[in-house]
Amino acid sequence: QLSLFRFTVKRPFSTSHSSVDSKEMKKFQLLAHKWWDEEGEYAALHSMNDIRVPFIRDTLLSMSGNYHLGNPLSGIKILDVGCGGGLLSEPLGRLGASVTGIDPVEDNIRTADRHKSFDPVLAKRIQYKSSSLEEIVEESMETFDVIVASEVVEHVADLEMFIKCCSQVLKPEGSLFITTINKTQLSYVLGIVVAEKIMGIVPEGTHEWEKFVPPEELERLLESNGFSVRSVRGMLYNPLSGSWSWVQSRSLNYALHAVRAGAPAQSHATDTLPETDVQQRSATAGTAG
Amino acid sequence: SSAAMAALRGRALLAPLGARLRAGPRAPLRSAASSSPPLYDVVVSGGGMVGSAMAAVLGHDIHFHDKKIALLEAGPRKEYDHMPDSYSNRVSSISPGSATLLSSCGAWDHVCSLRLKPFRRMQVWDACSEAMIVFEKDDLDDMGYIVENDVIMSALTKQLDAVADRVEVFYRSRAVGYTWPLPSHGCDTSPWVQVELADGRRLQTKLLIGADGHNSMVRKEAEIKNIEHQYDQSAVVATLHLSEATDNNVAWQRFLPTGPIALLPLSDTASSLVWSTSHDHASELLAMDEESFVDSINSAFWSNINHSDFIDTAGAMFRSAISLLKPSGTAVRQLPPSVAGVDAESRAMFPLGLGHATEYVRPRVALIGDAAHRVHPLAGQGVNLGFGDIACLAHHLSAAAFNGSDLGSLKHLLKFETERQRHNVSLIAATDVLKRLYSTTLAPLVLLRTWGLQATNALPPVKVRI
Repeated sequence: QLSLFRFTVKRPFSTSHSSVDSKEMKKFQLLAHKWWDEEGEYAALHSMNDIRVPFIRDTLLSMSGNYHLGNPLSGIKILDVGCGGGLLSEPLGRLGASVTGIDPVEDNIRTADRHKSFDPVLAKRIQYKSSSLEEIVEESMETFDVIVASEVVEHVADLEMFIKCCSQVLKPEGSLFITTINKTQLSYVLGIVVAEKIMGIVPEGTHEWEKFVPPEELERLLESNGFSVRSVRGMLYNPLSGSWSWVQSRSLNYALHAVRAGAPAQSHATDTLPETDVQQRSATAGTAG
Repeated sequence: SSAAMAALRGRALLAPLGARLRAGPRAPLRSAASSSPPLYDVVVSGGGMVGSAMAAVLGHDIHFHDKKIALLEAGPRKEYDHMPDSYSNRVSSISPGSATLLSSCGAWDHVCSLRLKPFRRMQVWDACSEAMIVFEKDDLDDMGYIVENDVIMSALTKQLDAVADRVEVFYRSRAVGYTWPLPSHGCDTSPWVQVELADGRRLQTKLLIGADGHNSMVRKEAEIKNIEHQYDQSAVVATLHLSEATDNNVAWQRFLPTGPIALLPLSDTASSLVWSTSHDHASELLAMDEESFVDSINSAFWSNINHSDFIDTAGAMFRSAISLLKPSGTAVRQLPPSVAGVDAESRAMFPLGLGHATEYVRPRVALIGDAAHRVHPLAGQGVNLGFGDIACLAHHLSAAAFNGSDLGSLKHLLKFETERQRHNVSLIAATDVLKRLYSTTLAPLVLLRTWGLQATNALPPVKVRI
């Protein structure tokens, strides 16, 4: 679910090019033990499973020919980036997939490992690793059928690098699922002011509006990095009922499904103008919505 | 009784995810992987009609194809290839909805091949007046089926065998203790429910379904409050032989001041008796010789001793008023068959009571059937409510399994509870009210129910809802 950031303590990497943000780390460390309280701080994420799991499941089922009774995702290798405490990894594992969950916060991984350990079926199907996405690229080239990055990209420092890494670890024609928050006036008012400060649906300080990603921007980045965007759908959380639903508008939350092209992805030199990207982002900041 | 009604509604009045008391004073197990008891996805405690049907329905669900289910039954395995000649004295009135549920797990075919009696019509009338109500479906479909409980059990046993790779049935296994998990966040102890059997074996489960009857141990151990009321009545059951063979496709029920007496068809020559009456009268009925017993039954159905001229006149007036407005609104009263004999050894009695659990669910626990609600047999609803619980719970569990959810999660369990409480509470309350209303000979109340019954009989929309 959550962020990617550095281990400045453990790994002697240089800090310049990374999709990870060190400030994000602290926020989630404090809440590492709260993941599995369905009615606690992460209640909205728990109930998000009710729409994001069917979305992933049905999309994959419609793309594949086989159906294994009782295990619809059997045989599929999934990477859950920013898996947090494993809230999304576990349902995917229960549906038969082999899941690798990665998250830079060690405490999250520890919580996730402990939680899955009591269920022998899940313990076998899910592997957790304390790591950022870049750190696993080398050993996982074209390994996964599916990548799931749910509630992650709004915490990421370098979105384009993140997308490139996704492309590298995905098999050709593999699927990428993203859920995130749009950058609009509405998302500021509802997503930050109301959700964090007033109603406490999301722990305060979780999100920074500046880092929200408009779907047009995300689509552009994906298309220019070898992905074909198949669908974008708006999501809405009802705090009274505590449940999510699909809506027409993408002004708040949205989900996206993209497929990596079959042909080898076009290579972009890594120093192709990150400044340009920054300029473009700030240019669209006021107008997205 | 409005306080009782409010209490019956229980959980529905409170916020859905409000604080649920975590029960269980026992210390939960540590996660010692080497000596862990076997882990099941679902354990159903209680192998009666409702518990067995629950296990069979889940076992036949496609989303449970790779899941592990256990059914715990204290008694021995019950299966018949053919039924004994005599009828069992414990029968149930099965609604078409329940028949559909049993069909969905393949059990209904077995029931039909063993034996059952469809009925087309139900006549209910008052001993204190001429008022009656007749239930009949417009199309010539069956209204319901009278089936011996043993037949249902045998059919379910066969269907459990058919999914033995998914459902493990533990016969002669009584649960003696349950241990509940601590709140889920941040603990090193097992998140599962621990079940201890009488022989010392232990099981773990992600979801425990309590189908262990009105004295449910699951409910008691979960410390779920139960609204209980013992009626001053017992039901006398027996298998009766009719004086002459007849089509016998009508279910009869007459409300006597002492309680309702019902005659449920078993075959062209036999019917099942369910007579709810005072404890003393019930004991007398059991003790008396066969001839007196048969006379009592015939008299209960045929005698007009409780009529009073006043009521008869008032009732007749009302009836003519109705026939002005709705000429076909009063049906002709048929006469029930007369009884000639009773099967020796078939007379038995059991006490009656009302019960309703204030909560049907807890984290990792759900109650179904009599464990959740106990009703008076006058409405013939008892086991149908349980089958309705199963249909609802299985629907939610199936969806949860297809979503990869944790089966014991309160989220979908609460949906089951809300749906069923909404349905059950009004029916249980209505049954209770009917029972009390019909327990009197006081003229005003008799008039009220007389007119009410006549009016209901004349009004198709109300009748259809019932």
